[in-house]
Amino acid sequence: MSQLREEEFIIEPTGNLFNFKEIWHYRELFYFFTWRDIKIKYKQTMLGFLWAILQPLLMMTIFTLFFGRALNIPSQNLPYPVYVFSGLLIWNIFSTGLSNAANSMVNNASIIKKIYFPRLIVPVSSILVALFDFLMALILFMSILIFYQQPVSWTIIFYWPFAMLLSVIATLGLGSWLAALNVKYRDFRYVIPFLIQVLFFLTPVIYPITLLKYPMLQYALATSPMYVAVEFFRLPLTGSLPNLDLVWISLGSNIVFLLIGLIYFRKTEDFFADIA
Amino acid sequence: MKPILEIQNISKKFRISHQTAGYLSLRERMTNVLKFEKNNTEDFWALKDVSFDVQPGDSIGIIGRNGAGKSTLLKILSKITPPTSGKIISRGRIASLLEVGTGFHPELTGRENIFFNGSLLGMKRKEIESKFDEIVDFSGVEKFLDTPLKHYSSGMQLRLAFAVAAFLEPEILIIDEVLAVGDAEFQKKCLGKMEDVSKSGRTILFVSHNMTAVDLLCNKSVLLSGGRIIKEGSTKDVIAQYLNEGDSKENQTDGEIIFCDTDLPIKKIEVIADGRKSMTTKMGGSLSLQVHFESKAPLEEPVLGLIFKDSQRSPLLGINNRHYIGNFNLQPMMNGIISVEIPKLTLFEGIYFIDVHFGNLFRDIQVIQDCFSINVEALNFSNKGQLPERKLNRFFIDPVLWSLKEN
Repeated sequence: MSQLREEEFIIEPTGNLFNFKEIWHYRELFYFFTWRDIKIKYKQTMLGFLWAILQPLLMMTIFTLFFGRALNIPSQNLPYPVYVFSGLLIWNIFSTGLSNAANSMVNNASIIKKIYFPRLIVPVSSILVALFDFLMALILFMSILIFYQQPVSWTIIFYWPFAMLLSVIATLGLGSWLAALNVKYRDFRYVIPFLIQVLFFLTPVIYPITLLKYPMLQYALATSPMYVAVEFFRLPLTGSLPNLDLVWISLGSNIVFLLIGLIYFRKTEDFFADIA
Repeated sequence: MKPILEIQNISKKFRISHQTAGYLSLRERMTNVLKFEKNNTEDFWALKDVSFDVQPGDSIGIIGRNGAGKSTLLKILSKITPPTSGKIISRGRIASLLEVGTGFHPELTGRENIFFNGSLLGMKRKEIESKFDEIVDFSGVEKFLDTPLKHYSSGMQLRLAFAVAAFLEPEILIIDEVLAVGDAEFQKKCLGKMEDVSKSGRTILFVSHNMTAVDLLCNKSVLLSGGRIIKEGSTKDVIAQYLNEGDSKENQTDGEIIFCDTDLPIKKIEVIADGRKSMTTKMGGSLSLQVHFESKAPLEEPVLGLIFKDSQRSPLLGINNRHYIGNFNLQPMMNGIISVEIPKLTLFEGIYFIDVHFGNLFRDIQVIQDCFSINVEALNFSNKGQLPERKLNRFFIDPVLWSLKEN
């Protein structure tokens, strides 16, 4: 305690960088925000955690019926349900996480106006909630793999965590940007669901990117930050390496969005309490 | 000793935009750009060059009318919003209770809320675990610990919220209007807890409209008005200035209030305490009032009434001359002076407001709420020379005889 008294804290007009030391100091709050959101999400629901599994399962069924059976979309030698479920699974980190993150600052406005803590904790935790749903659904996916007796490469041990990391980064970039914009301009509330839906069809989640015959179109779609995450997640199953150019484009776009999102968030975060 | 908190030239600017919604809409922003219109905004300084030092162990009251900048100052101190310019050096952890129960969620149980709220306020999980039993004890909701908060009464929610906050152990505690809510018993508990905190040597910044509470808790105070500090010093002096800053009076010097409204009869009130024009008297001292009036119609049997109220504006005593006989000229008159003298005022040490009612036998012609306040200074009246508890007493009685004998 005596040491703490010696410490000086200075409050002044703030700089341009995140104070990572401070964020580390508040690390327990990541856990508490995530834990709170998961509790609240599944309280007073009849099926509880089953919802995390049910949604991708139903989507898989629908896509299998329409795209797999009716339209006969190729699926890189995987059974179409496996193909589509693997895509949806990793995509859902992004879609759920992005919609959580984008609304997180507005939803927690009452706390933000009253108590100080590094604001970045709020969107990050809301993305971690999506990661929890992912882990639930992952258990189901494993049983689907067993059911279809799908061979899996050992590379799974680094491709899967890497794909998860990439999808979290993609979500954080766009998510923190939208979270800040949403505080400033409430219009974004209406843009977000639409944006997610558009991105879903523009990212090769339920169809292979090779379906597009023009290389230029492939390059264009690879700018989706989620493209590389989806490809990497599927890699241990299909065993076919994607076009490296496309991978780099997607990785680059992922990092650009992360920087834009974080910088914009940092620039506005000081004033959240004034405008929220 | 170095001050625990140095506040140096803090200013805060807000940009007020003249538009209907509180937040911007993208469409408005875009149409503004297209129209080449300059943004229709105006700068507003919520705080301007505020500086003061706080010594360790001080309890500082921050008072001022609505819009004086109190909340902005607290928001800057608790880092919720950064200052536009200036600097604050703090030599201890600051925790704020800008509103107790922030982050409480109705779907979570009491236990879960304690953990989430505690960690929001800056407690480590281990800290919360070690204090958990005490917190539950203090809140008195142990029976409902695993019930969702939405089934709690509002009083129970408040108790739980305050209990969590009370067990924070920062070196500097910021409190804003926590006493505005809750029943009397709970308020007492809160005040007691805050007194404990200040006695334990920690520093408190307290913003409140409750002058009794400020008076009890704070040894020093700061008076803000229009974003600037207009008085700083001992709580008693600052409160006295705050209370005498009413809007009903046009002009006031110590012991004299002048009224300029031509339609109303009272023109001037002189306050004489202990024989001189002043609003400060001692316990047991004398107080007299001379009300100069000019009436448009002849006034029959004028009536002067006084209501004494404590600093929380609870009435304590009401007197008027209808309850007394004699001394009055019963001729109708247009103008004159109506006076009252209290030779021995038995009010206890503290600050009191006085309402003045003026009229005739049938009705009030002019009522001046909180017309002025008087400051009653302590006098050690008992033969031991020790004053009784200040929290308890509004009046004193003298003499009091005690005896003890064995049967």
